[in-house]
Amino acid sequence: MAFTEDIDALEKRALEALAAVSDLAGLAEWKSTYQGKQGEVTKASRGLGALPSEERPAAGQRINALRTKLEAAYEQAEARLKEAALNQELEQDSIDVTLPGRKPEVGRLHPTTQILRQVSEIFSDLGFQIWESREVETDELNFGLLNTPPDHPARDMQDTFYIETPPDAPKVVLRTQTSPGQIYAMRRYAPEPVRVLLPGKCFRNEKVTARSEFMFYQFEFLAVGRNITMGDLKGTLNVLAERMFGKGTRTRLRPSYFPFTEPSAELDVSCFICKGKGCRICKHSGWLEIGGCGMVHPIVLRNGGYDPAEFSGFAGGFGPERIGMLKYDIDDIRLFYSDDLRFLEQFS
Amino acid sequence: MLVPLSWLKEYIDLDLSVDELVKRMTLAGMEVEGVEYIGVEGGELPWDPDKIFVCNILEVRQHPNADKLVLADVDYGAEKPHTVVTGAPNLYQYRDKGPLSHPLKSVFAKEGSRLYDGHQEGRVIVTLKGRPVRGVMSDAMLCSEKELGISDEHEGILILPDDAPVGTPLRDYMGEVVLDVALTPNLSRCLSIIGMAREISALTGLPLKLPEGKPKANGKSIEGRVKVTVEDSQLCPRFMAGLAEDIKIGPSPFWMQQRLRYAGMRPINNVVDISNYVMLEWGGPSHFFDADKVTDGHLVIRPAKEGERLTTLDGKPRELSAGQVLVCDPTGPLSLAGVMGGESSEVSDSTTRILVEAATWEPTSIRRTGQTFKLRSEASYRYERNVDSELLPTILNRCLQLLEDLAGATVAQGAVDVYGQPWQPYEMELPAREVKRLLGIELSAEEIAAQLAPLGFEPVVQGSGPEASVKVKVPSWRRDVQFTADLVEDVARLYGYDKIPATLLPDELPAADPHPELELEQKVRDLLAGAGLNEAITYPLTNMEWIARIDPAAADPSKYVRLANPSTPEREFMRHHVLTSLLEPLALNLREREKVQLFEIGRAYLPVEGELLPNEPLRLAIAMAGPRDLLAWHTPSNKQVLDFFDLKGVIEMLIERLGIEHQVMVVPCNDDPRLHPGRAARLVRAQGRKLGKKPVPDAAPLGVFGELHPQVRQRLELPAQRVAVAELELGELLAMAVEPRYHSISRFPATIQDFAVIVDRSIPASRVQAVLDQAAGNDLESITLFDVYEGPQVGEGKRSLAYRLSFRAADRTLSDETLVKVRAKIIKSLERELGASIRA
Repeated sequence: MAFTEDIDALEKRALEALAAVSDLAGLAEWKSTYQGKQGEVTKASRGLGALPSEERPAAGQRINALRTKLEAAYEQAEARLKEAALNQELEQDSIDVTLPGRKPEVGRLHPTTQILRQVSEIFSDLGFQIWESREVETDELNFGLLNTPPDHPARDMQDTFYIETPPDAPKVVLRTQTSPGQIYAMRRYAPEPVRVLLPGKCFRNEKVTARSEFMFYQFEFLAVGRNITMGDLKGTLNVLAERMFGKGTRTRLRPSYFPFTEPSAELDVSCFICKGKGCRICKHSGWLEIGGCGMVHPIVLRNGGYDPAEFSGFAGGFGPERIGMLKYDIDDIRLFYSDDLRFLEQFS
Repeated sequence: MLVPLSWLKEYIDLDLSVDELVKRMTLAGMEVEGVEYIGVEGGELPWDPDKIFVCNILEVRQHPNADKLVLADVDYGAEKPHTVVTGAPNLYQYRDKGPLSHPLKSVFAKEGSRLYDGHQEGRVIVTLKGRPVRGVMSDAMLCSEKELGISDEHEGILILPDDAPVGTPLRDYMGEVVLDVALTPNLSRCLSIIGMAREISALTGLPLKLPEGKPKANGKSIEGRVKVTVEDSQLCPRFMAGLAEDIKIGPSPFWMQQRLRYAGMRPINNVVDISNYVMLEWGGPSHFFDADKVTDGHLVIRPAKEGERLTTLDGKPRELSAGQVLVCDPTGPLSLAGVMGGESSEVSDSTTRILVEAATWEPTSIRRTGQTFKLRSEASYRYERNVDSELLPTILNRCLQLLEDLAGATVAQGAVDVYGQPWQPYEMELPAREVKRLLGIELSAEEIAAQLAPLGFEPVVQGSGPEASVKVKVPSWRRDVQFTADLVEDVARLYGYDKIPATLLPDELPAADPHPELELEQKVRDLLAGAGLNEAITYPLTNMEWIARIDPAAADPSKYVRLANPSTPEREFMRHHVLTSLLEPLALNLREREKVQLFEIGRAYLPVEGELLPNEPLRLAIAMAGPRDLLAWHTPSNKQVLDFFDLKGVIEMLIERLGIEHQVMVVPCNDDPRLHPGRAARLVRAQGRKLGKKPVPDAAPLGVFGELHPQVRQRLELPAQRVAVAELELGELLAMAVEPRYHSISRFPATIQDFAVIVDRSIPASRVQAVLDQAAGNDLESITLFDVYEGPQVGEGKRSLAYRLSFRAADRTLSDETLVKVRAKIIKSLERELGASIRA
C-alpha cells in the first residue's frame, strides 16, 4: 500500500506547508506547488497508471479526496489571510480620535436678533404680521398722535433725543419707542382689524449705566378689532410668557400709566429661575418685570382711523434686552451693543 | 414719594401687615419700590425695646481724666439713674452746672444694644460692650442719629422734645416704616399722604378720616390790607391769600420735623416746615411771603416781560423771558410762580408778618419755566401734574391754623380769593356694557358703582339690565378722567387686574400684507452666519472725528442728521454708512484676537434736501480681517490672511442665493477714499446681463467693497493687516431677489473642455469670462476659472487664465463634432476680441 502512504505523506506535507503560509503571495505559491497543473497532486495522480487495476479505483478515490481536502483547506486559508491583510490595512490607517475635529467656522446671530426672532415666531403664530417703521421720526408721530402732546408730564418718562431742524420746522426726534409704527399700521388697515408686531431700534437720552442704554430695541404688539378685551391681552401675554420663559410661567398685570393706553398695565412674569419662590434674579419677589401694555387709548384709536366706540384693541412694548438679561443672566446692558465677540460668542 | 406709615395711619385705620399693604398698593398702580424700616422689625437694625429707651439727662459732669468727655446721669425709667460716659459736644454747655432744671431728653442704649458704629464710614452694626473709658466704667450710651440709623448726623447726641416719655422704648416712640412709592404721571392725586390714604381707603374699604383745619382767625380783617390782581386767569386759575401776624420764627416741633425727615425733606424752621408739611399732607403747595416786603400788600400776578430780573431763593439772579408767570408787587417781581420764591420777599428770622399764597398755575407754563431754568421743586413737580383749585381753601386754612398753633401767629380774618377759572363740575356716563367690551368681564351697573363710589365719583345707577349705566360726577381732583376708558381703568384697578380672566383673541384673523423683504433679510443673516460671520449691532450715532479718520472729506457736519441734544459729543451725528459704525467693534475686537469677521444689517440716515425726515436705506456692512484659518493642528501655518477675495466670495454667495446673479456685476473701483484703489470694487446693476449677452453696467451702484486703504487703517489704529470691508444696499438687493425656477436635470453626460487663455495682464478676468460665455453657446453648463498664472512661460505683461468649461445638452449627448466646432469658435472669439492665445 505504498501509494496510499505516499498520498498520506503528501497530504500531510501540503497541509503543513499551507499552515506555514503567512500572506497571499505565499498562498499563491503554495497553490501552484500543490494544486497547479505541474503541482504535486497532479504528479501523484500520474502514479495511478502504474498501479494494479484492482487498486486503481480506491487510489483514485484517495486522490480525489486529497484534492477536495486541499481545496477546502486553501479556501479557508485564503479567507484567513484576506482578513489578516484587511486587518493590517485598517490598523495602519487608524488615527488618534481624540485629536480635535476640523470645525467649520459658523458665525452667530446677535442675541437681540435671536430673541426678536423667537418673539416674532410666537406672535406670527397668533396671527400678528411683522412691520417696521422709521427710526428718525416726527415728534407728532412719536408723541403727539400717541396722546402725549408737548409739555405732557409723561414726556418725563422718556428723555428724548431731538434732531436739529430749522427753527420753524416741526420737531423731529429719534423715536423713543416703536409705538409710532402703531399709527402707520392702523392707518394702513382701518377700518379693518389689524394685528402687528413692530420690532426696532429706539433711543432715549438717558445716562448709560449697567441698567440703561441710550439705544435699545423694542417690540411693540398691537391688535385692534371689534371685540378685543383686556382678557384677550392677558391671554396673549400668557402665550408669550409660556413660550418665552417655559411652561408653567405665570403672568401678572399691575396697573400702570402710559398716555397711549387706558387701562394701562405693567407685565410681570413669575420668576422662571426660582419658579416664583424668590431668588437673586427676581430680587426675592418671585416676579420679574417685563414691560408696559394696555388697552389702546380712544384718542390713539381715533388717530389711527378707528371709531373707539366700535373698535377696541390692546398694545404693549417690551425690550428684548431685558428678556435676554433675565434669560441669560446678563448683568450689564452695555454688553449688547459694544459687540465684543467674547460676549456675542456666548449665544448659540 | 416717601410715605411714613404712621402719618398715613393718621387718616386711615390700617389693619393690614406692611407686606399686604405693599402688595395691595402695587397691584392697584401705586408701585411700592422700597420699604424702609427705621428702628422696627423688618429693618436691618430694630431698636431693642428692652435695651433702648427715651431718657432724661439729669446732670452732666466733667470726666475726671479726659477734657473731651463728660459723665451724664441719666433717668431711663429704671429705679435709679445710670451714669454714661459720652463725648457729645452738645452736652458740653451743661457741664458741671449741677442738676439740670429743664428736661433734656435723649436716647439711652444699654449694654448689649445693637447700634451702628458712629465712627465708621457707612453703616456698620456693632454690639455695645461695657469697658472702662479713662478709668470710668462705660456700659451704656447716649445715641446720635447716625448710631440709630436715622441719618448720618454724628456731631452730637439726638435731643428729643421735652415731652418725650421717659422710659418708653424708642421703637415705640419713633420707630417708623417708610414706603417709597413710585407714582406714574396720572396719579397726581396721590402726591400727598391724604391722597394716598383716599386711594387706599377705596382699595380696602376702610374709612377715611380727614383732619379739620381752620384757624381761629382772631386778627384784624384782611380786608383792605392785602390786595391780589390776577392779570391772566388762564395762567393762574385761582389765587388765595391769607395773612398771619405776630409770627415767632423758631424750630418746628419734633413730630413735624420727624415726619418731614422721614418723608425726605429737611426741617428748616416752623414757618418753612409748615408750608412743606401741608404740601405733603394735602398735595397743595403754598408760598409764604414776608408781608412787610410786599409793597402796599398788593400782589400782582402777570407774565414776565422779556429781560426782567429776579433773584430766586437759591441766590441766583435769573433773567426772565416773556410768558413766565410772576407774582409781583407794584415795584417788581417777587417770585417765580409755582417754581421758586424770590430772595427779596423771603421769610427770614426777623419776619413777623406772613402773606400766605395758595394758588394754582397753568401746568404747561410751570413745566416750561422749570425746564428753562433747570429748576425742579416739590411744588413745581405737583403743579406740572395739576393741583386741584378746589383744594386751595383747605390748603390756606391748614397753613394758617398751623401758623397759629406752632408759630404763635395771629391770623387775619378772611382771605382774598381770585378764582378766575372756577372748576366746572362735569358728569359722565359709563354704560355697563362698556366695561364688558373693554375688560371682558361681566359686572352689573351696581357693582361698577360700588367700585367707583369710594373714589369720590358719587355714582348713580341708571336703567337696568344690559342697557344699565352708571352716571358719575367727576371729582375736582380727577381731571384726568376724560373718557369712559378712564373710568373703566378705575373699575379694573379696584376690581383687580388679576381677576380678569385670560381669553384668546377672537379667532377671525385680520388680513396681512406679504413682507418678502423681511423674510429675505432673515435669510441673509443666516447665510452670513453660516459663512462664518458674526452679527453685530452698533450705535448708529457717531462723531466727526471718527468719520474723518475713515474719510476726511466726509467729515462735513452740515451733511448729517445731527442731534440737537447729544448726551455725549461722541454720539452726535447719524451715520451715512453702517460700515462707519461697524469699524468700531472691528477695532475693539482686533485688540483681543487676530481674526474678526463681522456683519451688520442696519440703516444709514441720509438727509434729503427739502424733506423733514432723512432717508433710511437698509444696508449690509461687512468687515473681516485676520488669518483665513485659525491656528490648529491641521493648519499649523495659518499665514494666509483674509483678503478681497474672501469678502468677494461671501458677496457672490449672497448674490447667488438671492437669485440676482444675472442682474448685477462687479466693476473696479479706484475712487473710494476709504478703500485701497487697486483692491476695491463696486457692485452695480447690470442691464441685459444674461448668458450669451455682454453685460452693461448701470449707473446705480448697489454697494462697494474692498480692502481698507492703508492710510485709513493707520488712522483707525488697526493692526497692520488687510481689512476687507463692504457696504451694500441691502434693501435694493432684497427687492431685486428672484425666486428660484427649476430646470430639468439632463439625463445626458457632460463633456469637459479646458482652455488656458493667455491674455494681456490688463484685461480683466470678467471680460475673458464674458467672451467665453458668449462664444460657448447654449450648451455651456458652467465655467470655472481654476488657475491664474503669470511668469516666464507666458511672457512679459501677460497672464494665463485656465478655465474649465462643462457642456451638456438637455436632449442629447453632445457629439465630438459639435464640441470641436464650439472649441474652434471659442478660440476664435478669444483671439479676435481679446488678442488672446490658447496654451496647449
